[in-house]
Amino acid sequence: MHSAIEGIGLAPYLSIGAILLVLGVFGIFVNRKNVIIILMSIELILLSANINFVAFSAATGDLSGQVMTLFVLTIAAAESAIGLAIVTVYFRNRGSIEVDDITMMKG
Amino acid sequence: MNWTLALPEIVLALSGLVILLAGVMQRRGQAFFSCAMMTLLALVVTGILVVLSPDGTGYSHIFINDGFARFMKVLSLTGAALSVVLSVGYAREMEIDKFEFPVLIVFSTLGTMIMASSGNLMTLFVGLELSSLSIYILCAFARDRVTAAEAGLKYFVLGSLASGLLLYGISLAYGFAGTMEYAGLQQAVRGSAVLPAGLMVGIVFVLVGLCFKLSMVPFHMWTPDVYQGAPTSVTAYMAGAPKIAAFAVLLRVMAGPFGSMTPQWQLLIEVVSAASMVFGSLAAIPQGNIKRLMAYSSIGHMGYAMIGMAAGTAEGTRGTLVYLVTYLFMNVGAFAGIVAMRRKGRAVSRISDLSGLGRTDPGMALAMAVFMFSMAGAPPLAGFFGKLMVFYAAINAHLYGLAAIGIVSSVIGAYYYIRIVKIMFFDAAAPALDRSPVSVSFVSVGMGLVTTFFVVGLGPVATAAQAAASALFR
Repeated sequence: MHSAIEGIGLAPYLSIGAILLVLGVFGIFVNRKNVIIILMSIELILLSANINFVAFSAATGDLSGQVMTLFVLTIAAAESAIGLAIVTVYFRNRGSIEVDDITMMKG
Repeated sequence: MNWTLALPEIVLALSGLVILLAGVMQRRGQAFFSCAMMTLLALVVTGILVVLSPDGTGYSHIFINDGFARFMKVLSLTGAALSVVLSVGYAREMEIDKFEFPVLIVFSTLGTMIMASSGNLMTLFVGLELSSLSIYILCAFARDRVTAAEAGLKYFVLGSLASGLLLYGISLAYGFAGTMEYAGLQQAVRGSAVLPAGLMVGIVFVLVGLCFKLSMVPFHMWTPDVYQGAPTSVTAYMAGAPKIAAFAVLLRVMAGPFGSMTPQWQLLIEVVSAASMVFGSLAAIPQGNIKRLMAYSSIGHMGYAMIGMAAGTAEGTRGTLVYLVTYLFMNVGAFAGIVAMRRKGRAVSRISDLSGLGRTDPGMALAMAVFMFSMAGAPPLAGFFGKLMVFYAAINAHLYGLAAIGIVSSVIGAYYYIRIVKIMFFDAAAPALDRSPVSVSFVSVGMGLVTTFFVVGLGPVATAAQAAASALFR
């Protein structure tokens, strides 16, 4: 199989995947402003895994990685739909989606 | 190809769609009860089909059906059915009696069944997401209450993070082993003298993701808030079926594909297990809300159940399975008591609301006392036998330290369980609680009897668990 992987190797793809993962995780834990940013960070994490899947799939010539990517894309769509719905419900009750305000329960 | 292997799952999925349709066709606000009854019927029929289903692998090796899968599926179906019964009376009083509620429980249970039968990391992920996405919605189901919305949001954010980390781990494991199938992974791991670092990192990520779902200690932050905020019948569900499914996946993956590298992951599991037991029993002591207390208690229970897994033997797996059976029954029973905690039509959940219950409602107080003693591990009750079997397996696997930590922390844990008993029977009586709905009393009495006379059924349960465990270690 002749693919772009042969030209530049696997490492750049994996590095981008790892960078996206770290960005996503930091986006969730460091961000103190807005819940929407957390939703974006979750998408980043899922996409970082997708890049890995596609890169590995092309490198090993095994198609199951690409099949997995399609599943993950579907699940990510469902996940963000549910996430936005929950954020809407929360906003109706609280009138705010600041991360620092999500502290009704503690202890 | 033998498509009948997945017949229970297919039946459950179709009945979920049929119940959804039936709910839409009925008049608004009246569909809940009939949909809940249809859900119960579907869960029971699926349970019978699971028991009758044949052994084998199908759908090009992505789906495994064996004794272990059947055991776990029956357990999670039982948990789901009991929480549907609990929610029948509860949902109406909480004004969440919409027909989507039982439908979401059906789909979530379907996800847990797929997880229990997964033969491929792909099936694992899809099943896990099906079960988690439904629970995110269920948590925020009481959408006019700010605590429920907050619980839903917190569970969604942290649960998605966990799924993301799990998925990243799967991608690394896939890349470095070249396949996602458990059988292929097993060969790849066995065949390599030195394990690739990428595969190791992938396995750790998968472990972290599953520990998040199980609320094991370094990843437990979400548990108390979500348990407290979610509607109580949802909490009862969340503490049962999804945890059982996560254990099913963990046991299958760690015994099968990564079984030949037990020494590498054993220490990790031991640390997580010990930390959960100790933290679960210490952090529960100052709690004033009984749902938060149950959250810490379930963190501790997951730690005990994991002792069996740390042993890494068929005997340990048997201990874990028996522990999960006892945990399921006493946990649902205790939640039945919490669902019944209502005063003048409003749900109350402070521990002090239970004071003097022994005089105002002796039956419920007796049932709660049975569950509390059982969770503490008092001898003739169910919880004792679960603990006995995991500790026994740990000692046979020479994990003396872990067994000692477990025994010490269960003694500490007994303090807060027995404190509830003391509050119920010896404190000045608070105003009486409302009469509990029939369905709730039914679950409470039934689970009380099961917990008390578990010793009668211990033989068959242990035999079934033994068969399930040996299917895994073949």
